[in-house]
Amino acid sequence: MKSKINFTINGKQTSVEVNLEMPLLWVIRDELNLKGTKFGCGRAMCGACSVHVDGELVRSCSFAIKRAQGKSITTIEGLSESEENLHPIQQAWIDENVLQCGYCQTGFMMAGAKLIEEFSDPTDEDIKANISNICRCGTHPRIISAIKRAASLKKSNS
Amino acid sequence: MKAFSLLFMGFLTFFVISASNPKLDKAPSFNDSIDQLRPESSSEARNTAGLFPTNEEEKNKSLLAFDVILKVLKDPRCINCHPTDDRPRQGDDQHLHLFNVRRGKTNQGGPIQFCSGCHGDDNNVYSGVPGAPHWGLAPKSMGWLGLSDYEIGQKFISKSSNGQRSPEALAKHMTEDALVLWGWNPGENRKPVQVPFEEFKKAVADWLDNGAHVPSK
Repeated sequence: MKSKINFTINGKQTSVEVNLEMPLLWVIRDELNLKGTKFGCGRAMCGACSVHVDGELVRSCSFAIKRAQGKSITTIEGLSESEENLHPIQQAWIDENVLQCGYCQTGFMMAGAKLIEEFSDPTDEDIKANISNICRCGTHPRIISAIKRAASLKKSNS
Repeated sequence: MKAFSLLFMGFLTFFVISASNPKLDKAPSFNDSIDQLRPESSSEARNTAGLFPTNEEEKNKSLLAFDVILKVLKDPRCINCHPTDDRPRQGDDQHLHLFNVRRGKTNQGGPIQFCSGCHGDDNNVYSGVPGAPHWGLAPKSMGWLGLSDYEIGQKFISKSSNGQRSPEALAKHMTEDALVLWGWNPGENRKPVQVPFEEFKKAVADWLDNGAHVPSK
């Protein structure tokens, strides 16, 4: 049975009429046509589907849409206000040329964006201990460098 | 006069025993809730002392019932989130929770990965991730993993480590809390708690009604 759910996504008030158990990921990709968030494993294991819900890092494949009622969701498309004013994590990803295939990277960037809110000067250990996303291309060394760079950019911007 | 004194002493003895022994007031029924089973007369004594006076037979009944309770406390569905360290466990083999999940400041994970990032108020039918209300770790003082039956019993009954719970409150928590009850409804590909719930509920009632005893050393 379909029900109406109201929430904000990337700053815009939105409503969808879907099965309440539908994963937020499917709503983001298939109902709202925001394709930056990726389906990886569908089991909350890999982190490719990571988004922010009310500022918290969430694996959207394991987040039933009924939990989104009244919440504020941010996807990779809403991380920065414009392409001219990128979020530090986006700028750092470009600067460090992190991507290989790129599929998992938006999930890593959402996790990294959350991490630099909590750690102003993250160490390798801070990053390894708190981000559990998986990259099959093995770009982790560049991801670590980019997160450190993003933290530095964030500090210099503030 | 002597006969009258004996009769008076008899009444007095009956009154004292009745007031301290709930089994004389009401026999527990299989379908009674814990509150229904709790005799009002002994409530204050249990709340202050944790235990109330019982004879050896009742103590043994209480300890036998606690053996059943221990099976539940030590079941992976329960003890996996009652670690004595800061890492929840997963699965029947009780491996460390994947993703380096940790207790955090509030027993809810963090600072980046919180329990609620994957676990909702119910089992997720798409991802298979388990869920129940207030999903998270039990406070560290309530950690049981790796402890002996005696140590678990002491932590279980002591208000300083059990969240200031009286035996009645423990019984209510064990038989009514939604997160505890999840253990019997853990979703696909997970074994429920191995003691049937009705058996567990009866054991909790028997444990409580016979003095809320825990194993001694």
